[in-house]
Amino acid sequence: MVAKQLSVFIENRQGRLGEVLSVLKENKVNILSLSLADTTEYGLLRLIVNDPALGKDKLAEDGFSTMLTDVLVINISHEAGSLQDLLSFLAENGINIEYMYGLSIDGQEAYVVLKASDLKKADEMLAKKGVKTLSSEQISAL
Amino acid sequence: MIWSKEETLSRAEIEALQLERLKETVNRVYEKVPAYRAKMDAVGVKPEDIKELKDLAKLPFVTKQDMRDTYPFGLFAVEKKDLVRIHASSGTTGKPTVVGYTENDLKTWTECVSRIACMGGASKEDVAQICFGYGMFTGALGLHYGLENIGATIVPSSTGNSEKQIMYMKDFGTTLLVATPSYALRLAEVANEIGVDPKKDLNVKIGLVGSELLTDAMREEMHKAWGDDMLVTSNYGMSELMGPGVSGECEYLCGMHINEDYFIPEIINPQTGEVLPAGEKGELVITCIKKEGLPLIRYRTKDITRLIYEKCKCGRTFCRMENLSGRSDDMLKIRGVNVFPSQIEEVILSFAELGPHYEIIVTRDGYSDKLEIRVELAHTTDSFGVLQDISKRVKNKIKVILGLDAKISLESPNTLQRFEGKAKRIKDLRSK
Repeated sequence: MVAKQLSVFIENRQGRLGEVLSVLKENKVNILSLSLADTTEYGLLRLIVNDPALGKDKLAEDGFSTMLTDVLVINISHEAGSLQDLLSFLAENGINIEYMYGLSIDGQEAYVVLKASDLKKADEMLAKKGVKTLSSEQISAL
Repeated sequence: MIWSKEETLSRAEIEALQLERLKETVNRVYEKVPAYRAKMDAVGVKPEDIKELKDLAKLPFVTKQDMRDTYPFGLFAVEKKDLVRIHASSGTTGKPTVVGYTENDLKTWTECVSRIACMGGASKEDVAQICFGYGMFTGALGLHYGLENIGATIVPSSTGNSEKQIMYMKDFGTTLLVATPSYALRLAEVANEIGVDPKKDLNVKIGLVGSELLTDAMREEMHKAWGDDMLVTSNYGMSELMGPGVSGECEYLCGMHINEDYFIPEIINPQTGEVLPAGEKGELVITCIKKEGLPLIRYRTKDITRLIYEKCKCGRTFCRMENLSGRSDDMLKIRGVNVFPSQIEEVILSFAELGPHYEIIVTRDGYSDKLEIRVELAHTTDSFGVLQDISKRVKNKIKVILGLDAKISLESPNTLQRFEGKAKRIKDLRSK
């Protein structure tokens, strides 16, 4: 199942990340996982939150360049080598990964948030294989 | 259609008329405007020294500062009771500049704008929607009277309430649009948003745009938004001189014909004030030779252009001014290269990925100038590849156009400052 990631463009300026976080705080948007990547000039903040649509609207109201991106939130077993197994499976099926980061719940369940070249195909392959993926609704319920 | 026979006078006839009117104006101003008389006395010029057209160069300039110093009516040549109308500039910095019209001045203004409207393809068949802000600004009422005079049906819708503007266009069958280029583009955007296709559902065939530079890129955008068959012409004027009606483009789009029987144009070197030979590029200086209320002599417009005296295919003999390449007070010298913000604007507008707002920052690092251009992203992306690709392509295009390396800073939408009047998009942080 495809989930919505909240992506925010941020200029490399002091306090800019804090401004994003305070908008989320004010609107009680809870962050479950994040990844921050940057160049010397700007960064992209990628977030898995309980209410991505609300987060996007509120950030856009405050003038942030923001969007919802389709990603897969894939369940993996909490043991060594499980991520490698998942990646080989995707590679064998011709899926390229653009970026990924982890999400863990209570230190028990492990997930990997993944953006891939052909997300629909990856989603179908994983479903066929019986791998659990989370929808945005399921994430909100966590 | 050519509105007036004056527009096809021979060069000799134009010059004879100009000389006669110039002499009369200088005499009158010397007598009635103490502030300008003091300027003439300071350089030792008397009205009788003006014997031929080239003697115009002996006269002192008038600048915007002179208008501020004599605020509000110090440069007027008639008593206040003889004025029938007052307009003023927005005055974003300091006091507004105030201009006034006698009854005859309003007739002159109407005549000048009627000519410009005809040049731009207007006729009495047109339904003309005027989307300039009505009020102290001269643009709306100037076009209003000129278009009404040629018999067009006026829809004085002013600015704002864009959805209603589209409804009027559709229901009244608007054929002619008066707006700034950027507002014209915004209106097309709004039309599309509410499900009206400007090319199919509307019948707007003529665009008379002004009050902002019309770059080739902007004209291209206008065609994309309103249709390839739209005749988009720019016209020029400023409240100090009269408002719109100083000059306008004809259907051949080869520069704006100046109403030379009312205005004498000169091109000067903005640094030295020296008059440049015909065809050279420099600052436009205009002398009003048939105005009563505020007859400015050698007014420095700060606009950069050149004059073209070759005959135009349209049959008009009035000289043309090239579409503006910027303003002398906006021109930057970066690493020895003359840079006009309009050149940078043209590059930015050619990218659909960027919004139309920008900021130019010039700094000095050691002995070298650094140019930074801040632009807003029009659409969000989740990919570094896309962001880097945009920066790289903008940088390359700037390099091709200006021959300069620039740092391109991408910003979120609505982070750069917005301006209601004249935009201030340049920050020159080099110590002088």
